[in-house]
Amino acid sequence: MKKLKHIAMGVVTALSISTAVAADNVVPDTVDFTIPFGVGGGTDVWARFMAPNLSNFIEGNPTVVIKNQPGGGSITGANLFYKRAESDGSDIIGTSASTLFPYMLGDKRVRFNLDDWSPILASPTGGVIYVQPDLGISDSSDVKKLMDQQLKFASQGPTQLELPVLIALDLMGADIKPVFGMKSRGAGRLAFERGEATIDFQTSSAYKNSVQGLVDDGKAIPVFSVGVMNKEGKIVRDPAFPDIPTFEEAYQTVHGKQPSGMQYDVYRKFLAAGFAFQKVIFVPSDVPGEVLAEYNKAVREMIADPKFQEEAAEQVGPYENAVGVDIAMYLGDAVKISPEMYKWIKDWLKSEFNYSL
Amino acid sequence: MSVLFSALDQVMSVMHLSYLMLGVVIGLIVGIIPGLGGIAGMSLLLPFIYGMDASVGLGMLMGLVAVVPTGDTFTSVLMGIPGSSSSQATVMDGFPLAKKGQAARALSAAFLSSMIGGVVGAVILSVFILVARPVVLAFSSAELFMLTLLGLSVVASLSGGSVYKGLAACGMGLLIGTIGGAPATGDFRFTFDVDYLYDGIPLIVVGLGIFALPEIISLLIKNKSIATKGNQLGQGLGQGLKDVMRNLPLVGRSSVFGSLVGAIPGLGGSVVDWMTYSFAMSASKDKSQFGKGEIKGVIAPESANNACSCGSMIPTILFGVPGSGSAAVFLGGMLLLGIQPGVSMVSTHLDLTYTIIWSLALANILGAALCIFLTRPISMLTYIKFSILAPVILTLILFAAYQATRSFGDFLALGAIALIGVLMKNADWPRPAFLIGFVLSAGAENYFFQSIQFYEYSWFTRPGVLIIGALILCGLFLPTVFRRMMRKRQTPEEAKAAADTAIVTNFSLDIWIAGLFLLVAVVFGYQVWGEQTLTSAFPLIAVTLLGGSSLMVIINHLRHRGQIATAEIRQGLFYIVGFFIMAFLYFELGFLTTTFVFSLSFIYFFARAGVVKSLSIAFGLLVFLLVLGRVMSVDYPEGLLDGYVLAIANLV
Repeated sequence: MKKLKHIAMGVVTALSISTAVAADNVVPDTVDFTIPFGVGGGTDVWARFMAPNLSNFIEGNPTVVIKNQPGGGSITGANLFYKRAESDGSDIIGTSASTLFPYMLGDKRVRFNLDDWSPILASPTGGVIYVQPDLGISDSSDVKKLMDQQLKFASQGPTQLELPVLIALDLMGADIKPVFGMKSRGAGRLAFERGEATIDFQTSSAYKNSVQGLVDDGKAIPVFSVGVMNKEGKIVRDPAFPDIPTFEEAYQTVHGKQPSGMQYDVYRKFLAAGFAFQKVIFVPSDVPGEVLAEYNKAVREMIADPKFQEEAAEQVGPYENAVGVDIAMYLGDAVKISPEMYKWIKDWLKSEFNYSL
Repeated sequence: MSVLFSALDQVMSVMHLSYLMLGVVIGLIVGIIPGLGGIAGMSLLLPFIYGMDASVGLGMLMGLVAVVPTGDTFTSVLMGIPGSSSSQATVMDGFPLAKKGQAARALSAAFLSSMIGGVVGAVILSVFILVARPVVLAFSSAELFMLTLLGLSVVASLSGGSVYKGLAACGMGLLIGTIGGAPATGDFRFTFDVDYLYDGIPLIVVGLGIFALPEIISLLIKNKSIATKGNQLGQGLGQGLKDVMRNLPLVGRSSVFGSLVGAIPGLGGSVVDWMTYSFAMSASKDKSQFGKGEIKGVIAPESANNACSCGSMIPTILFGVPGSGSAAVFLGGMLLLGIQPGVSMVSTHLDLTYTIIWSLALANILGAALCIFLTRPISMLTYIKFSILAPVILTLILFAAYQATRSFGDFLALGAIALIGVLMKNADWPRPAFLIGFVLSAGAENYFFQSIQFYEYSWFTRPGVLIIGALILCGLFLPTVFRRMMRKRQTPEEAKAAADTAIVTNFSLDIWIAGLFLLVAVVFGYQVWGEQTLTSAFPLIAVTLLGGSSLMVIINHLRHRGQIATAEIRQGLFYIVGFFIMAFLYFELGFLTTTFVFSLSFIYFFARAGVVKSLSIAFGLLVFLLVLGRVMSVDYPEGLLDGYVLAIANLV
């Protein structure tokens, strides 16, 4: 009898130890990673790459489950997450430019507030603008020759990822005729390859995989890249495309001075939101402090890991994932649109594309 | 050539085969469960894909993509529920065959056609992919627009007796398809400030509403088993295989057509089944059995849809632009495996491309064989009294619809479309015309404005446009000419018999439907009137088509007041109201709880089954949903009570 009691005691102690161990993990055992897009899209693929890595570096290796909630170009999923996310750290969300843009443009369907979420990781991307070779330019130094002809641009819509590119080309003085309704950037590229569109734009990985070949065959000529922001907040050449000038350089070539003014400021806002913060992982801000700290620690360790870096370079390009407290500040700054800027973009969309915000 | 066989060697390895088989089995399961289809299957497999060997992973994904259009035939034939968007046309004749007790025949014919279609598709793919690049690039927005017109033109042959009804139904489909963002401007139309409508109504919801729910309701009203004729399961299986052998030219034509349509990016596979269905119909001498259980009506779409999913690999692999929903997910899988689509797939990575093709062919054979093996036991379902099946099917339909956007709006849209479906079914309006209009609406509008913006009006003279235009005219007028010639040869008695059976109309209901459609036309027309041209032009065309044809229907009927038979519709409407109440309960009380309580009480009180039987069906359904939810990480609407059910389930 005594022996039995002993065993029972032992079991109880063992159990309490194991629960104690479980309680030591500040992040719950299962983390739902909401992706407000369908399966197989760009953000989904990115998230499925991040999920197992993230799990590896969080203490207790929680299971990270991807939950796809498509709809409304990601607004639906983000709204639902805002309403339902638990505040114990078991819910995180991955967003993309099409989540941030409607937020910035004051889309009336948006019911989430980015101020209530803390970003823990941001994956940037770059992008390249390229044209047909029969427009009479042989390389990016001839960019001025593009200014006096109409350029057809197959685009998804006036407020999609192409928005900063459309603003930039307009600022430069190009006569752009966008044709909207493309299902994806890939469909836009197909229109370019068919010769329907004369100018096109792709993000870094798509450019590397699908456009570089066209460039090598002389079927496309890169004009400028959107560049990347360095630590001082200055736009510099994209490390993935060191030979392609930035928009700022191209503007200099055309106009002999650096771009400035309201239109340029608005461009920079949407550039930051669409490219520097192209994919972001958020945690609700009302999680306990130690949970947020654990997440931040995990992503810091993750991006320092050489194996992750190698795989990430393949998946997202040679860009540094941004982590830490400062991205919260940068991101908050990037998505803040002043009333003057809002009025400008509203008027511009109306006059350029007859689109009403 | 050596690459071709070294790839085969690789596919035949035990490792590759077993993963392929896993893909096939999952593909069949998600294919059989209505509403899941390839996208859901992919999301099941994707977590395992990451870090897998590329060729093995591709084999698994291909196994899945290839057999979804095979497996989804089960529900299309047995229950009249289109298992996924690629097998909607199969319902037209497959389900009537099941009602005649020939489910096994229809299924085995469908599976053998699928197998042949898939293999033909794979063969075409293996040759075509090497030269496809310029061909695919030759299809510009102008040709794509003409192809959507070609798709729309089949409405003419599917509208049966009444052209105006067909046009009105098609116009209604087109108009409902314009709900959401206007492709040319980004403006939102007909959203009535409801968030759900901003994305438009999902195809799966429309498919279930227009076909599945009306069938269920009419079966419930009759309350017998689905199959009403004697048991012929025994010889049915062999008969179906023989039917396919007798129609091999049809299988061949449909397969080739299917894989070519699949290869063109932007058209998508959703209409290829209808197009081949209508071609099969125009090519047959005897059209009278179509829609009533003609085996050709099963063979043609089933050969085409498997071939189409092979063909859709061409734009996916070569351009990274998926031709269909499941191809889009396959693309995601490729990216996760670290394979980039593009020209390199036919140069440096040709081995991977051939791995894909061999896996496709193999999966089609394995999948169809498995299905034929399963046909006999599963066909027995059609001999069960329908009221016992009804709660199970209703739950499956709600589950499927809910997968579309996972909101209550899915249920409401389903009910609204089902109302149109019930009305149309009872008054014998052509429901396929509605569906085709809906499916092609976005493409027609989008490609029309794109081609005008890219080419101005010179696109009319593009050779591709002229060729497709000629095809459309042939399709529209040749059958009429043939019919005239046939009619001359008919004996007077036959002609008289045909005239007697032709006019069975339904005065009151037709007026109600046409009136409802007219009202919709007015409301939608008023809504979009002041918008800019690029936003309003296409909806206004649809409104004109809908309003004009509805008016003509009304006028025609006022003229023929003599030949009128009224149809019983009140019961159908009663069930629609019942559906809305049930949908509300499923959402508000909790999906799982309501499933259990509803199916238990329905089977016990309405179907008058025993306690044990009712309990076991209800409980089985609950366990099924719980397992599915866990495996696929699906959240059901929790409502008030589901939290408790889930808590108990988690304990177990």
